[in-house]
Amino acid sequence: MRIALAAVATVAVAAGAATAQQAARTGPAAPELEHGKAVYAHWCAPCHADSMGLAGTNSLTIKYEGTDIPAALEDRTDLTAPVIAYFVRNGVAWMPPFRPTEISDADLAALTAYLTAPLDDRGAHAPLLADEMAAMEAAR
Amino acid sequence: MTTPPGIDAGTFADGLSAMRSAVGDEWVFDQPADLNTYRDFYSVLWGEPEEKLASAAVAPASVEEVQAVVRIANERHIPIYPISTGRNLGYGGSAPVLSGSVVVDLKRMDRVLEVNEDNCSALVEPGVSFFDMYRHLRESGSKLMMSVPDPGWGSLVGNALDSGGGYTVSGYRGHFEAVCGIEAVMADGEVLRTGMGALPGSETWQQYRMGIGPCLDGLFRQSSLGVVTKMGFWMFPTPEAWLSASVSVMRFEDLDELVRIANELEYGNLFNGMPGFSSPVLTQDNPIAMAMVPEPEVMNRMVAESGRPAWSFAPNFYGPERVIREQWAYVKSRFEHIPGVQFAETNFVRLPLSPEDMERVHKPRFGIPSLEIFSVGSRGYGDFNPSDGHIWFSAVIPRSGQGMIEANRVMRSECERLGLDLFMFAPAVTCWTRSFVLFAAVPVYKDGRNAHLRDAVREIIRTCADHGWGEYRCPPAFMDDVMDVYAFGDHKLRRVNESIKDALDPNGIISAGRYGVWPERFRHLRRDGGAA
Repeated sequence: MRIALAAVATVAVAAGAATAQQAARTGPAAPELEHGKAVYAHWCAPCHADSMGLAGTNSLTIKYEGTDIPAALEDRTDLTAPVIAYFVRNGVAWMPPFRPTEISDADLAALTAYLTAPLDDRGAHAPLLADEMAAMEAAR
Repeated sequence: MTTPPGIDAGTFADGLSAMRSAVGDEWVFDQPADLNTYRDFYSVLWGEPEEKLASAAVAPASVEEVQAVVRIANERHIPIYPISTGRNLGYGGSAPVLSGSVVVDLKRMDRVLEVNEDNCSALVEPGVSFFDMYRHLRESGSKLMMSVPDPGWGSLVGNALDSGGGYTVSGYRGHFEAVCGIEAVMADGEVLRTGMGALPGSETWQQYRMGIGPCLDGLFRQSSLGVVTKMGFWMFPTPEAWLSASVSVMRFEDLDELVRIANELEYGNLFNGMPGFSSPVLTQDNPIAMAMVPEPEVMNRMVAESGRPAWSFAPNFYGPERVIREQWAYVKSRFEHIPGVQFAETNFVRLPLSPEDMERVHKPRFGIPSLEIFSVGSRGYGDFNPSDGHIWFSAVIPRSGQGMIEANRVMRSECERLGLDLFMFAPAVTCWTRSFVLFAAVPVYKDGRNAHLRDAVREIIRTCADHGWGEYRCPPAFMDDVMDVYAFGDHKLRRVNESIKDALDPNGIISAGRYGVWPERFRHLRRDGGAA
């Protein structure tokens, strides 16, 4: 099972089928994607948000240099359910796997729905927690 | 199905069945795909027969469910291994020390039970992460600031229990130092509360740590005596401002005086933030890994040629602006007699941080959890890329200039002799007030290099012990080795710990082997065969 998923991941990367997100992303996600976006914001964004200070985005910038694959996961259009499940449950490089008590199978399904939805449906990028809290306090 | 050591398949299956009844089918994990997520991802035993693996995992959601799980395990002598959030990467992650143990995953116990603004304290469950707590504090409009480690995705409880540290104020940033009140499920399934929590109806559990009689909180630090289900913390009122500064000296010979005065100032509460000690000239090639300290004349020549100071001390201050500016002025006055000394105010911000300030500060210094530290990792400095993780070597060394120089030289020369890479090296970390901890991060790979790494680290543990330096914390693979060098009185420390262990957990079910303390039934599994 795991070997098969690894093969899927390799094929997806080699194909380089992604396209970079060009248009600015704004607004909320489609209602059915909100849960998945929250899972992404909590568990993925701290390393994979669209910021060069973050380990995941740094690593993927180097990995995909010379391609049109965006470094921030939230901008990817080539991710598939098996690929997302593989990396969440198996980890890669310094990123450890996530346990079912952290990201449940239901959370994983919601995360997958979010990261595979049309970009227009995903809304604005999920904020980092510090930025979200700062914006909340500024609005008080 | 893998079974725990000494447990037959029937007893194990019966135990798991009982645990399913206690916590729900969906919260007991015994399939390989799920158990794969409980591996220590940075293990120095990765993929080898000795790798420490869980036989199953169970995730209770309440104290009552923890009690049920512990009783089920105790009745059947099934070894268990509690984790809080399991993110103690570099120190074991979510894997047990005794391979085959059932991991008791407390992540579902994620309630912030109380934040008391007047008492400046909190009471939390073990599954509460620093990210969770930060959101809770901000959304509730709290005036309190927590101390967070780096990275901040771990548990307040778990990090304190493992003696983790942050960057903020003295008395708070050594996270176990800020603990006030522990609730733990003991091996017999009964619940113990320490301190004032032992007095029914007490309103002072998070105010007075010791209660009456022997103070038992320390029994739960890095230990195997209970499953901690609640923990109280003292918290710091968010200050008005923060100021950081530097005192730089230009001669090799000035370090002893620099450290001596800095210590006196910190112990006298003239500054309260975590100070930094470094060498600008010895970090010019790699800012996160200090080079070997050379002979005095060589170092002084390097200073002259580079223009970079020999040593720097970086005090920082949390408090009202007019107070901390006066404190900084006084601190400066204490170093003015050192020839060539240089002073600089390196940063000043008011709290809460503005969006602009947020971009230019190290967030954990303000109690803001982050994972940005991982950027030093697989694509960070040095020639170690991509590596597969890291472990820490972290020894307590004398808090003096001489201690810092000697530790630097011994560690650097031993690593060179043994061929051990370091991607971070800081010989004088001060998370824990009144001590220096030598921090060295060793890159870990999954390609067969680990055997050499283990041998080298074990040799360095012994070399450091020969100098009187012992680690304060270590990965599971080295817990026996580290405990073994704390050998005063024919290993009296370990023998007393194991006497306590046998008395409180006679079936040896909880966290066997953690930090080198083994219950009688598993003592033969210690690396020395249980000889000492």
